[in-house]
Amino acid sequence: MSPASPAGVHARARIGARADRYGRTVLPVLEGEAPLALRRTRATGPAAQVTLVGAMSGPLGGDRLVVEADVGAGARLGVGSAAATIALPGQDGAAAHYDVRLTVASYAELRWLPEQLISVRGSELRVTTRADVEEGGCLVLREEQVLGRAGEDPGLLRSRLTVRVAGRPLLDQELTCGPGAPGGWDGPAVLGGHRAVGQLVLIHPRFAQEPPAATMLTDHAALTPLPGPGALITALSPNALHLRHTLDEALHRLT
Amino acid sequence: MSRAALLVLADGRLPAGGHAHSGGAEAAVKAGRITGARSLEDFCRGRLHTTGAVSAALAGAAALGVDPVALDEAADARTPSAALRTAARKLGRQLLRAARVAWPSPELDALAARFPKGAHQPVVLGTAARAAGLDAEDAAHCTAYENVSGPATAVVRLLSLDPFEATAVLARLAPDMDTVARQAAEAARRAWDEGTDTLPAASAPLLEVGAEGHAGWDVRLFAS
Repeated sequence: MSPASPAGVHARARIGARADRYGRTVLPVLEGEAPLALRRTRATGPAAQVTLVGAMSGPLGGDRLVVEADVGAGARLGVGSAAATIALPGQDGAAAHYDVRLTVASYAELRWLPEQLISVRGSELRVTTRADVEEGGCLVLREEQVLGRAGEDPGLLRSRLTVRVAGRPLLDQELTCGPGAPGGWDGPAVLGGHRAVGQLVLIHPRFAQEPPAATMLTDHAALTPLPGPGALITALSPNALHLRHTLDEALHRLT
Repeated sequence: MSRAALLVLADGRLPAGGHAHSGGAEAAVKAGRITGARSLEDFCRGRLHTTGAVSAALAGAAALGVDPVALDEAADARTPSAALRTAARKLGRQLLRAARVAWPSPELDALAARFPKGAHQPVVLGTAARAAGLDAEDAAHCTAYENVSGPATAVVRLLSLDPFEATAVLARLAPDMDTVARQAAEAARRAWDEGTDTLPAASAPLLEVGAEGHAGWDVRLFAS
């Protein structure tokens, strides 16, 4: 008889942003469950700013974490995190799950710029990020996957990113890497030995009329127009620092 | 079902323009990532389990009769590189021209009318397979094979690789192709039941980035 596996942590954090009658963004919903905590932080512009705190010691195998942000018409929200998310092995070898659900209404803006996700040796994590943007909404979304801490082999990471605009799929991609991933994941078609990979998604109504031209940003980073009002930057780097530098430069260039 | 029809559809001599595309191999050779049979095999295996798995599932779903417009939209979302979307539509248009003569069918005619600039190649291939009386797994097998035979043939020309070595690479990949085709047929049936969002979306970042770079070259041997 096998012993019952110890249940991991199940936690959810929710952010709801709305525009008040003066056009300022208020946060009627801001709630987290341990280990996820949310803090409203000082904003430099008209957007409200929230920092996700406390995911730094996890998720551990078996955990199920859900983060939701809903930005109502006319509201502007920026979300960051205090530290990198680190996928760690659990006690019973179970996979951890991290789900991010983002909804952005018309004339609303969400800048979702968390710190890196680091896949640690022996861990198994499934990330699903889904963003639904209404027509006329704006989104900036960054994802960075780092394979192992310095000099360490990665765990098994499966990360799916789906972006829909006005109900139509604009981007749907999944990266699976690490021991146990389908063959060739670190070969010359997929990662080719790079240990940091990132995506920056930009959704903006102006891209429907003027899609940005496809451009190489570095030897291993490219900007490409998506089949709708959006653009994607994909970058591969030897490390997290270099990757962030590439994505930051691209972001400044496009916004 | 006709086994011979599958051979006709999968034959590299089918006049559908595939020989003009390297599947990202030309960019990988130039970057020094493919240097011989061993790295070609690693390249093909990675390609097969990412874009190959996605294309095979799309083709399988089209062979089952899933709405080609929804499949083409799903293919667009799973092909973030604009250069690769263009190449996929171009190949789709060329394949459709050949398929409409080989296996005349109202569904192929409707596809041509709906997508005058071409639908994504796997969607066309699946619809052609359907017209030829083939099933979802046949279409997936054909797509999985094409996904790696294209780069293998291209590397023979790009690196003057021994053609026997290139064929040996494909032979060694056969079990992976069978697995990918079987899983793609399952994914196709799921798409039929639950919608196209359930289709796989595996991506290959180096292929995507490399395709944008390759499209900007002044001189190149292959179109993609």
